[in-house]
Amino acid sequence: MPLTTAPNLARPDEAYARLIALHEGLTEAESHALNARLVLILMNHVGEEAVLAEAMSLARSAARAKG
Amino acid sequence: MNQPLRPAYNLAFQLYPYRKSPDQDRAVRRHSVVIVGAGPVGLAAALDLGHMGVPVLVLDDNEGIGEGSRAICFSKRCLEICDRLGAGKAMLDKGVVWNVGKVFHDDRLLYEFNLLPEDGHAYPAFINLQQPYFEKFLHDAILAEQAKGAPIEIRGRNRVEAMEPGADHVALKVSTPDGDYGIEADWLLACDGARSPLRGMLGLGFEGRVFEDNFLIADVRMTADFPTERWFWFEPHFKSGASALLHKQPDDVWRIDFQLGWNIDRKKELEPESIRARVDAMLGPDVSYDLVWTSIYTFQCRRMERFRHGRVIFAGDAAHQVSPFGARGANSGIQDVDNLCWKLKLVLDGTAPDRLLDSYDQERVHGADENILNSTRATDFITPKTPVSHMFRNAVLDLAAVAPFARTIVNSGRLSVPCTYDGSDLNGPDVAGMPVRTRPGSPCPDAPLDGGWLLSRLGGGFTLLTLDAEAPEVVEAHGVTVRRLALSGRENPALKARYLGDAGAGVYLIRPDQHVSARWTAFDREAVAAALARALALEP
Repeated sequence: MPLTTAPNLARPDEAYARLIALHEGLTEAESHALNARLVLILMNHVGEEAVLAEAMSLARSAARAKG
Repeated sequence: MNQPLRPAYNLAFQLYPYRKSPDQDRAVRRHSVVIVGAGPVGLAAALDLGHMGVPVLVLDDNEGIGEGSRAICFSKRCLEICDRLGAGKAMLDKGVVWNVGKVFHDDRLLYEFNLLPEDGHAYPAFINLQQPYFEKFLHDAILAEQAKGAPIEIRGRNRVEAMEPGADHVALKVSTPDGDYGIEADWLLACDGARSPLRGMLGLGFEGRVFEDNFLIADVRMTADFPTERWFWFEPHFKSGASALLHKQPDDVWRIDFQLGWNIDRKKELEPESIRARVDAMLGPDVSYDLVWTSIYTFQCRRMERFRHGRVIFAGDAAHQVSPFGARGANSGIQDVDNLCWKLKLVLDGTAPDRLLDSYDQERVHGADENILNSTRATDFITPKTPVSHMFRNAVLDLAAVAPFARTIVNSGRLSVPCTYDGSDLNGPDVAGMPVRTRPGSPCPDAPLDGGWLLSRLGGGFTLLTLDAEAPEVVEAHGVTVRRLALSGRENPALKARYLGDAGAGVYLIRPDQHVSARWTAFDREAVAAALARALALEP
């Protein structure tokens, strides 16, 4: 199954707000560590190596496109 | 004049004191196989070849086994090979068997694991045993073979000073306390360790990754009631290192290992007061102990591009080097020997062509790459190289305490398991649906038999293992005698699960190193002969 890049969040604004709220009151280092844990948890949930590889590649190339 | 030959290290056991050989006073003599280096790999090779009747001469620049525990963790496959060589039982009797490991971060136990060894194997997953004992037991087995007439000779304080490879031999210049002499070898096995002088003499490269970290080993003797478990700390609260390991050896000795970092004052760190400060912080102030052996080591993960160079064949650390995480050093060296010796014997006999030895290169390079990959990954996890990899590493550790999935990512060393030679040119046909673990290229898993074990019944020649299948007792083909071992899986669930699965019958052609060559569900003489031809590299 390929990576889903089409909209998949039922309530995108709520999901995004939840992510931002999650970081409230944390130092930058704590936020980075929290993100790292979150990435690992979601990686395990997805499981499929091909999907993860595609996601990683998209994340990296998206940053490059902005310069 | 050469430098006088001085021992490079202190001895734990003096085993082969220098004695002048008649070779030193006569014209250059040709030997069949010369092994350079009497470490675990050289001794095992001498034992394996000598046991098969191949005359072997071992040259070592010392007179026995060096002191220091060094390699302490010996894997099941390594012990099974040593069992075939007649040394496994002594190792098991002396060694410490362990199954439980605990992983800590800071002051917190993250989780524990149990190797949960599968039932129905003669040997456990691991034993801990000081390397000098391991070598001593190999040497004891050599003495026993010599008493039975095996043509094995070990010459102490014989150092190879120069070598010149020829088309059908290798010429060596050897120095001794009585001066230099020359000999020739049909085949030369370079088992002379990670710094391999022979590799240097051939000008061969040894490329790989250097890890910028120092590790301090402190072997301490104490009668503490710590359990016989492997305890590993990431960033321990006692601050004795960036990581630490505590592991039991025989004789009330405990291996303690501290990661010190790159920029250290080596001399100061090796002073007993400095070491005691670290050990005291770890064990607590009330534990009394003796320092038995201490050392600081660094390591690299690298290998030679090829292990075979004409008549010179490299094995063990001389050919490949790994970090200690995962116990893949000495264990893989013994697997090199296991792979090489039967091939060399068949080539010496003229039964197999020279190119059979190229399969040693193919199969053991594959093994080395697997070990290097695993040990590099463990090292990268234990010693993160960048702030972001450090952050992810600690994220994994934090999650490991609460989420089982993260425990599978924690890597304090992926413990050595035997290599399967998938894709080897020597492999013959497979049968779909039979157990994956016994596919061609796999080392045979052990299984209990009436009053014994499968692996000890396989012995050291080519075997036709039949399970509930008809076959002749002996198959002769290509100058090789294949003996049948007839068994039944009907009342042996372990044998059935490991070798039959859902198949009603099985016929396995098994190599002398106990790896599966090919398998079928019924005997067919032509098919067996064809698979044997492949295993002997008779087909170009």
